[in-house]
Amino acid sequence: MPDKPKLAFYWCAACGGCEESVVDLAEDILFVVDNVDIIFWPVGMDFKKSDVEKYADGEIVVSLINGAIRSSEQQEMVQLLRRKSKVVIAYGACAQYGGIPGLANEFEKEEILKWVYEDSPSTYNEEKVRPLIKYKANGSDVFLPELWNVVRPLNKVIDVDYYLPGCPPSSKLLKEAVLVLLSGKLPPKGTVLAPDIALCDECPRKDTKPTDLAFTEFLRPNLHNIDPEKCILSQGFVCMGPATRSGCGALCVGGNMPCTGCYGPTSRVKDQGAKILSSICSNVEAKTEKEIDVVLKGIPDPVGTFYRYSLAGSILRKKVSI
Amino acid sequence: MSKTNGKIRIGFYICHCGTNIAGTVDVQKVVDYAATLPNVVVSKHYKYMCSDPGQEMIQKDIKEQELNRVVVAACSPFLHERTFRNATSQAGLNQFYFQMVNTREQNAWVHLDPEASTEKAMDLVRSAIKRVVFHKPLEQKTVPIKPDVLVVGGGIAGIHASLTLANAGKKVYLVERDPTIGGHMAMFDKTFPTLDCAACILTPKMSAVKNHPNITMWTYSEVESVEGYVGNFKVKVKRKPRYIIDDLCVGCLDCIEACVYKEPRFYDEFNQGLSKRKPVYMPFPQATPQLVVIDPDTCIWFKTGKCKQTCVESCERKAVDLNQQPAYKEIEVGTIIVATGFKPFDAGKVYYYGYGTYPNVYTALEVERLINASGPTSGEVIMRDGSTPKSIAIVHCVGSRDKNTNLWCSRVCCLYSLKLAHLLKEHTHADIYNFYIDIRTPGKLMDEFYTRMAEEGVKFIRGRVADIYPDTSDEEHRRLVVKAEDTLIREIIKVPVDMVVLSTGLVPRDDANDVRRLFNITCSTEGFFIERHPKLAPVNTFTDGIFLAGCCQGPKDIPDTVAQAGAAAAEALALIDLGYIELEPNTAFIVEEECSGCKSCVPLCPYSAISYNEEKRKANINEALCKGCGTCVASCPSGSIKQNLFEDEEIYSEIDGILNYEIYEEAVCC
Amino acid sequence: MLLDKLTEQTGSKQWQPKIVAFFCNWCTYTAADLAGVSRIKHAPNIRVIRVMCSGRVDPQFILDAFSKGADGVLIGGCHPGDCHYQEGNYKCLRRFQMLKRVISSLGIESERLRLEWISASEGDKVRVVVNDMVAKIKQLGPLGLPVKYKEWAKEMHVLDSEIAGKEEVYA
Repeated sequence: MPDKPKLAFYWCAACGGCEESVVDLAEDILFVVDNVDIIFWPVGMDFKKSDVEKYADGEIVVSLINGAIRSSEQQEMVQLLRRKSKVVIAYGACAQYGGIPGLANEFEKEEILKWVYEDSPSTYNEEKVRPLIKYKANGSDVFLPELWNVVRPLNKVIDVDYYLPGCPPSSKLLKEAVLVLLSGKLPPKGTVLAPDIALCDECPRKDTKPTDLAFTEFLRPNLHNIDPEKCILSQGFVCMGPATRSGCGALCVGGNMPCTGCYGPTSRVKDQGAKILSSICSNVEAKTEKEIDVVLKGIPDPVGTFYRYSLAGSILRKKVSI
Repeated sequence: MSKTNGKIRIGFYICHCGTNIAGTVDVQKVVDYAATLPNVVVSKHYKYMCSDPGQEMIQKDIKEQELNRVVVAACSPFLHERTFRNATSQAGLNQFYFQMVNTREQNAWVHLDPEASTEKAMDLVRSAIKRVVFHKPLEQKTVPIKPDVLVVGGGIAGIHASLTLANAGKKVYLVERDPTIGGHMAMFDKTFPTLDCAACILTPKMSAVKNHPNITMWTYSEVESVEGYVGNFKVKVKRKPRYIIDDLCVGCLDCIEACVYKEPRFYDEFNQGLSKRKPVYMPFPQATPQLVVIDPDTCIWFKTGKCKQTCVESCERKAVDLNQQPAYKEIEVGTIIVATGFKPFDAGKVYYYGYGTYPNVYTALEVERLINASGPTSGEVIMRDGSTPKSIAIVHCVGSRDKNTNLWCSRVCCLYSLKLAHLLKEHTHADIYNFYIDIRTPGKLMDEFYTRMAEEGVKFIRGRVADIYPDTSDEEHRRLVVKAEDTLIREIIKVPVDMVVLSTGLVPRDDANDVRRLFNITCSTEGFFIERHPKLAPVNTFTDGIFLAGCCQGPKDIPDTVAQAGAAAAEALALIDLGYIELEPNTAFIVEEECSGCKSCVPLCPYSAISYNEEKRKANINEALCKGCGTCVASCPSGSIKQNLFEDEEIYSEIDGILNYEIYEEAVCC
Repeated sequence: MLLDKLTEQTGSKQWQPKIVAFFCNWCTYTAADLAGVSRIKHAPNIRVIRVMCSGRVDPQFILDAFSKGADGVLIGGCHPGDCHYQEGNYKCLRRFQMLKRVISSLGIESERLRLEWISASEGDKVRVVVNDMVAKIKQLGPLGLPVKYKEWAKEMHVLDSEIAGKEEVYA
C-alpha cells in the first residue's frame, strides 16, 4: 500500500457531524479507501498521536480537519498535522468559521465554565469543582487540555490550503474534493471547494420570491408555520440563503426550514452576518427609528441568527471585554 | 512602459494653497512621509497645485516618471477634482487613476493644532495612496439633453430666464402659481437707484413672455411631480381651475361688473389688502395673461352652492365655466430653472412694532401699493384712518440682522427704504426719519443714491427701534411714538410720528422645503436654496440640470436677480447646445456569474434601475437609469454588485490606510 | 498596558481617539466642507471617507474599521426625506438600528457607532457632532481591537513552553 496517498482525518471542537458525513459517502467510501490510505482517523480507527509523529514532514498528502480550535490539545494536534501534511483542508463550518462552537465567543470563558459547572439547573456540584489541567491520580500526573479564551477557526491557528464548507459538508462536495485532490490538479490556495454563488441559485423556491420584498414583520419557525411552496424569506422568516454559498442542494429548504448559513459567505464577502443584516434590514419597510425597531424586534438574537456559524471567523471574532 | 513593468507608480502632490494649507499642515513632513509609502515614486509639494505650473508638473511627471496613478492633497474635491482629473487625462492617463485628499476644507481650515492637522493629513494621504492602487480606468457616459426647458416661477427672474432662452430659440414652459406673472416686482412702484417705474420695465417683458412663440406660459399652475434626471426630466404640471376658459376670455371684465356682490369685499392680494376685490377678479390691470379668475374660497357659488350665476350670464363668449376641473399636463424637459422667489417677512412677528395693532403701521410692500398711481388710493398717501401723514418713521431691518428673527441681511431694505423715503417725501412732504443699524448700499450707483437721498433732507437715526406705541398726549391724532437708542449720541430718543413703515426683510417661501424635495435640491436651514458652489457654480444646484435664479437662492435686488436669471439661462443653454452631459461613471453593475438571483436588491433601487431577468434568473442593472448611490452594492448579500469609483476594495483600502493597519498586520494573521 | 502598546505603535504621546467617518457626498460631506469654508474649528480626530450616499455604507465597512483600530465610526447622511437618492438614508438607518444591537452584544459600546443626519447647510452641526463624539469616546477610552487581538493570540504562543506543569484551577 505504500503507493497510495496518505490521508488523515481529525476532529477538534465539533459535534461529530462532519465525521458522519464521511460515513455518508456510503458505498463511495469504498472508492476512497481504494485510492487512499487513511493513516489517522481517531473516530473511525484506533490511532495515536505518536502514529502521526512518526511520519516525515509533508508525508501525509491531505489532512481533513473538522471542528473549531479552542483547546491546547486541538492546537497541538493541528499544528502537528500541519507539519506532517502537504495539504490541509478545513472541513466543515466549524473549521472554516468556528461554526456553532464559535458562538461561545459571545461569552467569556469564565461565564461558560460557571454556567456549566455551577449554575445550570442540571448541575449538582456543591463543592464547585472545576477540572484541573493537571492532577494526581493513582500516583501519576494526569493532564487535561487547557481551554483557550477564544474559539478560533482553523486558519487562525495554522495555515489552511482549502475549505470544504457546510454543517456538515455534503458528501457530494467531499467526493468532488477527493477527486480533485487525487487528480493532482490543485485549485489556487485558499479556494473554498463549493460553488461561489449564493444558495438562491439552486433553491427550488427561487421563482416564488417576489421582486418587491418589503418586510413588515419577522417570524420564527418555532412559532409559525412555513408555507412549503413559497420563498421562506419572503414569508418573513430569516433565511440566510441569499448570503450563503450554495452546494448543499438547498437541503434545509427542502425540509421546509430556512437556510441558517452553514456554507458561509461567497468569496466576495468578508462578513456573512453583516451582509445578510445589510440585505434584510435594507428591505424593511418602516422608516422611523421606532417603527424600524419594532420590526427588527422580530429577530431577537441577531448575532445568533446572522452569525450562527461564522462568528469566530467574522470580522469582530468575539465579544470584546478582556 | 519600461519603468512601470506592470507596477503601480504613484505621483503624490500636496498643495500649499498659499498659506491656506501650508500654514497649518507641515507639507514637507507629509511629502517626506508619502515618499516612504509603497508604490510612491514622486512626492512633491507646490504653492498652488491648481495653477498651470502645478498641473504641468503633474503632467511632466506622468510622462517622464511614467506615473500611472496620481494623488493630490489640496482643497475639497468639489472644487478641483475636475481640474486634476483633466490634468491627468491630458497627460495621457485615464482621469480616474486620480484620487484627491481634502486637506483644506476638512483639515487645515478646521483645525488649530498643526501637529494634529499634519497627522490627519498623513493618515488621509496614506489612505488615498492605498486606494488609488485599486482604481480602474473608466469611461464617462453621456446622456442627451432634451432641448426644452421648464422655468418655475413667473417673477422677474423667471420672466428674464424664459425670454433669454426663448430668444435663443429654445422652447420654454413657464409655470406660475398665481393667476398672473410679474411676481413681487409688479407690486413695486419705482425701483432703486434709478427711480424708474417698475411697471414700465416689467410689463413689456410680461407681454413679451405672453406673446413669445417659444414660451408656453401656464399661470395658476403648479408643478406636481418631477421624475428623471438631467437631460430628461418628466414633469407633471397641475393647472388649477380658474373657472374661466382661457381661449374664450378676452378680459372685458363684464363678469366682474355682473357679480352678485355689488361691492368688492374680499382681501385683494395684489394691493396687500389695502383694497377689496370681488370673488371674480383681475389681479391687476396689467395682469398677464389678461384673464379673470374666480376664487372658489370667496365665491358664494362654491361656498353655498346657491347663486344666480350672473357672471355666467354676463359673458357673451361663454367663457365662465363653474364646473372646470384641474387639468394635468405632462412635459419632458432637459433642464429646469427654479425661480420661486421669496416672501416678505411677516411684520406681525415683531409684536412690539405694533403691526396689525396700530392701523398706521405699514409694511414697505403696502407703502409700495399706497404710493402707486394704480394702487388703492391712486397714489395718494391716505392712511387707514383717512389722514395724510406729516411725519413718517421708516424702521430698517425688520426681520433681518436680528437673532430673534433672522440673522441675514436682506440686502434690499436699506435701498428700498431710501427709495420709499424719497417717494413718500415727494407725495406728502412729510418729515421722514430712517431708523437704521447700518446703512448698507453696495452696488453700482447705490451709494450715490444714498447720498442724494440724504441731501434731500431725510433724517437718519442710527439705532434699532425698541418700541412703537401710541402717543397718549395726542389722543385725537393717534400719533405713534417710535422709541430707539440713538447710538451716535448715546441717548434714548422718542420720536412722535403719524406713520410707521416697517422695512421687512426677505424670507424663503413657506413651502421651500416641499419645492426643494420636488426638485431634489438642497436648501439651508432657513429655506433658501443652496447653489452648488458660491463662486464656481453660483446658479447650479447639486442636481445636474437644475438651476437657480432670483430670491429663492437668497435675498437680492432686481439687477442681481436679472443677472442671475441670465446666468441660469446661459447654463441651461450650455447644456442644450452641447447636446449631452458627461456623467460620473459611479454606476453600479451586477457581475452576472456571481449573482444568485435572490432579488433582494430589486426593490431597493428608487430609480427602478434593477430588474430581474426571468430567463437568466439573475438581476440586472440598467446603467442608464442607475444614479450611482451604491445602496444596492452595500445590500447585496453575496457581494455580487459593484460600484465604479466606490468598489469594496477601494473603500477597504481607505479604511486600512486611515488606520495604518500594517502596524498590526503581524498580530492579526495568527 | 494595552494603552502603552497602542501609543507605542502609533507613535503619539497621548492617546487620541481615531474616528472613521463615512459622509455622504451631497449632505454631510458638503457640510464638512462648509464647516471649512466657515472656519468652524473642531476636533481633528475624524477621518472622512466620502461615499455617494449613506446607503453605500456596508455594515462590513463599519466592522472592518473597528477591527482595524477605529475607536469610533460616524456615519453622516442627509436628513430623512432629503436623501439625494430619495431613500438611501432610510436603508442606512435600518441597518444601523440592527448593527447597533449586534456590536453592543459583542461588547462594543453603542456610543462608538453613530449615525447623524447633517444637511449641506449644517456646517456647525459637523462641529457639534464631532466634538461630542470625540469627548464621549475619550471617556470610553480606546477600543484598540488590533491590540486586543494580539493579546488574545498570546494564549496560543504559551503552548509549547507552558503546557506542562500548570496547576491553577480554571478561572
